[in-house]
Amino acid sequence: MLDKIGIAKRIAKEVKDGYYVNLGIGIPTLVANYVRNDIEVEFQSENGVLGMGPFPFEGEEDADVINAGKQTITTLPGASFFDSGLSFSMIRGKHVDLTILGAMEVAENGDIANWKIPGRMVKGMGGAMDLVASAENIIVAMMHTNKAGESKLLKRCSLPLTGVGCVKKIVTNLAVLEVTEAGFKLLERAPGISVEAIQEATEGHLIIEGTIPEMSL
Amino acid sequence: MINKKVAHVEEALNGVSDGMTFMLGGFGLSGIPENAISELVKLGVKGLTCISNNAGVDDFGLGLLLQKRQINKMISSYVGENEEFERQMLSGELDVELIPQGTLAERCRAAQAGFPAIYTPAGYGTEVAEGKETREFDGKMYVLEHAFKADFAFVKAWKGDAAGNLIFKGTARNFNPVMCGAAKITVAEVEELVPLGTLDPNQIHIPGIFVQRIFQGKAYEKRIEQRTVRQKEAK
Repeated sequence: MLDKIGIAKRIAKEVKDGYYVNLGIGIPTLVANYVRNDIEVEFQSENGVLGMGPFPFEGEEDADVINAGKQTITTLPGASFFDSGLSFSMIRGKHVDLTILGAMEVAENGDIANWKIPGRMVKGMGGAMDLVASAENIIVAMMHTNKAGESKLLKRCSLPLTGVGCVKKIVTNLAVLEVTEAGFKLLERAPGISVEAIQEATEGHLIIEGTIPEMSL
Repeated sequence: MINKKVAHVEEALNGVSDGMTFMLGGFGLSGIPENAISELVKLGVKGLTCISNNAGVDDFGLGLLLQKRQINKMISSYVGENEEFERQMLSGELDVELIPQGTLAERCRAAQAGFPAIYTPAGYGTEVAEGKETREFDGKMYVLEHAFKADFAFVKAWKGDAAGNLIFKGTARNFNPVMCGAAKITVAEVEELVPLGTLDPNQIHIPGIFVQRIFQGKAYEKRIEQRTVRQKEAK
């Protein structure tokens, strides 16, 4: 089974040379640490920066340079700042090549829910609805089950939706899956995880074709 | 030069009253109009509708207005860092309209640019689109979202001049530029009000035509919400 860093490492392999990438808060933020260093990639943060770099050294934090998680960051040579309107022009206008975000639930038809638990948790959608409505290449990073052990890969989402029919790929602590018209297609198993264990943890329709390889990190 | 300079925050906020709708720039606590918020707390205006991406934290930013129950309604995209906000929202004391962040920006920009409404794909098929007009363009569905109407926009910039020209710094830019000229009166507070002619016209982010009042702000705290650092590698 993968931990959060393992999920981030596996997703990092999906990042290709020349990609502009938007990373969500949580596990997706970690992906930046594991992207191969022989390719050129620029990270966009929707609060208005392209070309994000690592966290600053202690004492060099700048309140005016943060990411969407409100963390202090640095910029790399070639970076740019812009306003929120232009930032979402990049997102809605499909100029961003890859979006990686977390989720509370994903359905077998590609619906995603990640912004609200009615009556309990209402933090808001931030930029997630804009991202999922426009991005053509969306990868969800999440645990396969919730804290109660219930599947997060469902037939239909039970929570209020963030977007409909938009998720293409999911990387969890157990597996890599592709969302197809017929359901969740199992692509890879996490190290040491059996197909049966993945089936057990998946409520939505799971398609298993042939031998499922173990993922390499 | 048409002079937009006012002497202080008190003069800049002349005309604000109960029940008004305000736009406030900022993302988290970065680039928020700290001086205008302090003055609104002091003035004690109530029954406000505030359009702002976030709602501050419990003891800073818009959280200060929430503490004093001055806000009736918030229109925001993300409010996760404020317990008092969540309490007021879940108890029904505070009316909250959560909308996608890009839609928030574009409803400001539409007001600034003279568009009554815009179509966006964000939120289609979700509860955000309930009751709204939808339309198909080239096989994809979009939601009609209306331009905001606001009485005042309070923005914060890095540098400005008496003509109202503004330059922002880093990610403190965020929603500030799209709110300029999107309300009846735009009040800009700046860290440095520089002599006219000092700012390079090539480098202006917002031309003064979008700003009605400008003043030099004081005592900026510029709080950091998540101080994240890395260690220098030992040599």
